[in-house]
Amino acid sequence: MGDLLTSFLSGPVPLEAYLGLSLIMFFAGIYGFLSRKSLLMILISIELMLNAADINFVVFNRYLYPSHLEGFYFALFTIAIAACETAVAIAIIINIYRNLSNVDVENINEMKE
Amino acid sequence: MAEQIIFYILAAVIAIFSVLAVTSKHIIRSATYLLFVLLATAGLYLLLGYNYLFAVQIAVYAGGVMVLFIFAILLTNRPGDNLKQEYPAKRIVAGLTSIAGLAFCAHIIYYNVSKVYSTIAQSDLTPQQIGHTMLGTDKFQYLLPFEAISILLLACIIGAIMIARKR
Repeated sequence: MGDLLTSFLSGPVPLEAYLGLSLIMFFAGIYGFLSRKSLLMILISIELMLNAADINFVVFNRYLYPSHLEGFYFALFTIAIAACETAVAIAIIINIYRNLSNVDVENINEMKE
Repeated sequence: MAEQIIFYILAAVIAIFSVLAVTSKHIIRSATYLLFVLLATAGLYLLLGYNYLFAVQIAVYAGGVMVLFIFAILLTNRPGDNLKQEYPAKRIVAGLTSIAGLAFCAHIIYYNVSKVYSTIAQSDLTPQQIGHTMLGTDKFQYLLPFEAISILLLACIIGAIMIARKR
């Protein structure tokens, strides 16, 4: 048991472990996106999915092309774009709340008059 | 050895809290679990040796975006009411969709990824290298996307103020 654990934990972390981790995070995001009604929960799910994509970019950069920086910069710009998207989406959600006094997706079609 | 142990602790934190974040009944708890996931992701970046990305993730995500989320939740949620979920049939369909996708992608990763990479060449990333890459105009340098992001941020500020202001 001890030997097994030591051989399992020796060497660098395999690439598959990082990919599996971001896979779990991404599909947790997809489940939340499909199973919730509140717009804020949908936004939280989108953040989870974007974060999983960031991890993939960074890990591929580190493991396959460690002398380049493409994945690093993609993750950096993705973080900036996610921040922009969250700011605008939350402004829209607050506006919807002001008009409808809730933020459920099924009521959004009442916005058109 | 130590790297592996730290990785598996962070992986457990991310897996557990990302599932909890989308299944929790209260939205403020979901936001808190999302914060834990984002902090553990920052830890992964540190583990991979990208210190700058670690700082950006903490400052932008765990700082800025989470504050926005918590303000929005407190502004749009009456205290005491629980989150409405979709109908059970739709939730089962959502669960099946995500589990099927997870199994499919995990199969592909398990059987194919180990053929792609062989060794890990470690190379240190200096702040000079990051700065030259971000603000250069040659091949593999990123001044144009950097400026585009700055214009996008300005447009977002103006757009968010225009949308959310009182008329």
